[in-house]
Amino acid sequence: MTLPNLFFFVGLPYIAIVIFLVGTIQRYRNTGFKVSSLSSQFLEGKKLFWASVPFHWGILVVFFGHLLAFLIPSGILAWNAQPVRLLILQVTAWAFGLSVLVGLLGLIARRLTNPRVKMVTTKMDVFIELQILLQTVLGLYIGYAHRWGASWFAADLSPYLWSLFKLDPQITAVSAMPLVIQLHIINAFLIFAIFPFTRLVHILVAPLHYLSRPYQRVMWNWDRTAIRDPRTPWSEARPRNN
Amino acid sequence: MDIRAQVSMVFHLDKCIGCHTCSIACKNIWTDRKGVEYQWWNNVETKPGTGYPGKWEDQDIYKGGWERGDDGKIHLKGAGKGKGLANIFHNPYLPSVEDYYEPFTYNYLNLIEAPPGDDQPTARPVSLITGEPMDVQMGPNWDDDLSGTPDYARNDPNLKKLSPAEQEAMFQLERMAFFYLPRICNHCLNPGCVASCPSGAIYKRGEDGVVLINQEVCRAWRMCVTACPYKKSYYNWHSGKSEKCILCYPRMEAGYAPACMHSCVGRIRYLGVMLYDADKIEKTASMPENELINAHLDIIQDPFDPEVIAAAKKNGVPDSTIKAAQNSPTYKFVKEWGMALPLHAEFRTLPMLFYVPPLLPVMASVTETDGAQKSKLNPIAKTWTDNWLYDTSTEELWGTIEQSRFPLKYMASMFTAGDEKAMAERLKKLMAVRIYRRWKTVGDIDEAKVNQVLKDTHLTKDECESIYYLTSLAKFNDRFVVPPAHREQAIEMLEFTGDVKGSTGFGFRQKPERGM
Repeated sequence: MTLPNLFFFVGLPYIAIVIFLVGTIQRYRNTGFKVSSLSSQFLEGKKLFWASVPFHWGILVVFFGHLLAFLIPSGILAWNAQPVRLLILQVTAWAFGLSVLVGLLGLIARRLTNPRVKMVTTKMDVFIELQILLQTVLGLYIGYAHRWGASWFAADLSPYLWSLFKLDPQITAVSAMPLVIQLHIINAFLIFAIFPFTRLVHILVAPLHYLSRPYQRVMWNWDRTAIRDPRTPWSEARPRNN
Repeated sequence: MDIRAQVSMVFHLDKCIGCHTCSIACKNIWTDRKGVEYQWWNNVETKPGTGYPGKWEDQDIYKGGWERGDDGKIHLKGAGKGKGLANIFHNPYLPSVEDYYEPFTYNYLNLIEAPPGDDQPTARPVSLITGEPMDVQMGPNWDDDLSGTPDYARNDPNLKKLSPAEQEAMFQLERMAFFYLPRICNHCLNPGCVASCPSGAIYKRGEDGVVLINQEVCRAWRMCVTACPYKKSYYNWHSGKSEKCILCYPRMEAGYAPACMHSCVGRIRYLGVMLYDADKIEKTASMPENELINAHLDIIQDPFDPEVIAAAKKNGVPDSTIKAAQNSPTYKFVKEWGMALPLHAEFRTLPMLFYVPPLLPVMASVTETDGAQKSKLNPIAKTWTDNWLYDTSTEELWGTIEQSRFPLKYMASMFTAGDEKAMAERLKKLMAVRIYRRWKTVGDIDEAKVNQVLKDTHLTKDECESIYYLTSLAKFNDRFVVPPAHREQAIEMLEFTGDVKGSTGFGFRQKPERGM
């Protein structure tokens, strides 16, 4: 349990989580207007298809794959009990990882070459894209060089992550991991730390509530039935939009 | 019955001179900012023409509006819960900047600061997006007045329903004509933009029906741009938010007419409240295409009907709004006289902006004359020496409507979802008012003929007078009947007035609550 390991696998994750939580809440509350996906499809729409679609679907699958292995490691291990199923899982994850890489390279190329898109590009946009690129390359390399990650992640790393949440960090397993895997983990924490200051915040406002709402929305300034009711002049009922 | 109030509009196309003053008034107030330079919340198009953005009426390209499924239910054509979320990473139907135009300015400074040289300095166009010199391919009103040109007029999506021969006839040099179509957001009853917004940022105001985008909630998923079949929701590429016509609600709440209407030189615009039955919206929007127009007009209720008034009051519609609905110029044009029609009702959004279709130059047809024809004409009919006739006669009462320069089929495809009979009815009414006024002022038509005309069009002489008045003489307050906004109630949006009532000021705000 060396000092660097303590810093990278105990200190860093906690710092990252604090920055992530405080930063996002602060950003949403104080500069809510700036929470947007900042789409540039209007400025360039054709190339975007070949980059944005593989990137987003790929990263969704890969992210939720990691999340599942973290949340239900025993379920994943049970699934992996048969080698064929493990193989299917690995190949699928790797394929979607490749899709992320292809899409991300396309996004970076489009962002840096299209003069219009360049105008709506900030330094942070490029930085976060490169950081995710690094993460993707590391991930793909790990998938190739250190096989069967679905199993060893669920067996060794999931307990480590859980131990962080239980405020009882156990870093023996993660300290013994190969360097690339450690880098992948450290970079993941860094992405969480930088998250509130990037365009990634649009992930948190993903419009899933759309599915459960009626199509049309009408908003009233006042309660239109109570407003004329003489029995409720001193009502404490709040206007609906407050 | 769920009676609600809707601020509606009527544009009288016969009166539009295509001066674009409305567009400029709007642009100067609302869209003179970075990211929205290309947006014209109010624009004026030349018809036949492709419009802005190019071919916006062609929903095979843009997939806007609703369509009726085989089960009789409607669903959004290019957005909605399934399609919208599936296409959220890339919306295949989103118009890009080229479909509008790349905003530009000119490098005027070069005219002053260019070093001495052999050539005149020039002000090159530069893109307002990149700041780089650019070749201007397209601009605001690029197709203005270009009727008959192959690139614009002949690509009008409304021509699809016409046979090639009919199209050719329309574009003969001698028959060439065009009219102007000013467009703003229709503030629909069944808005596609609201339904398509995944964030729920777009909403319709209950009190006056204005459709607005909450800029704090918009997350740039861009589905509204696709779902609005009129392409009146625009993406601000700089702020990453969509924006649209707000019907100048800050002006309306203060009792002013919206800027585009206020500034209208031709005085073509009317604004007033209409009461409608919100329970009927879904049924109306799902009607088969041939019943759409009548169903659309049926949803608007009679503001004098005691039952409607009672239902409106029960729903919290203030008396002042009901009174405004009774004086509404739009109710008169749309319902009482049945002269105004919605634009492209087949998009099924139930637009609340209605158009009085243009009669001129529809009526002025050019025909080759012969002696027999000439003898039938009134002396005031103008004939040119070369036997071409500019026919303004009233000899054939309704004949000229069928022979009009714009085929009925073309007009019907814009205003009546293809129903030529309904279109002809409106044009006949417009004609009837003219014949009536000609009888009254020029006197070269006998009264029997006028009575026949009125009988054919179900108008009375009094109605003709009112139509004439509202069309030609109407004062500002007749054209714009803005309902009081009831700021005293609107303020409750911002704070609960009960909180501050009875509070003490200066230094501390504490409720004077009963002591122990």
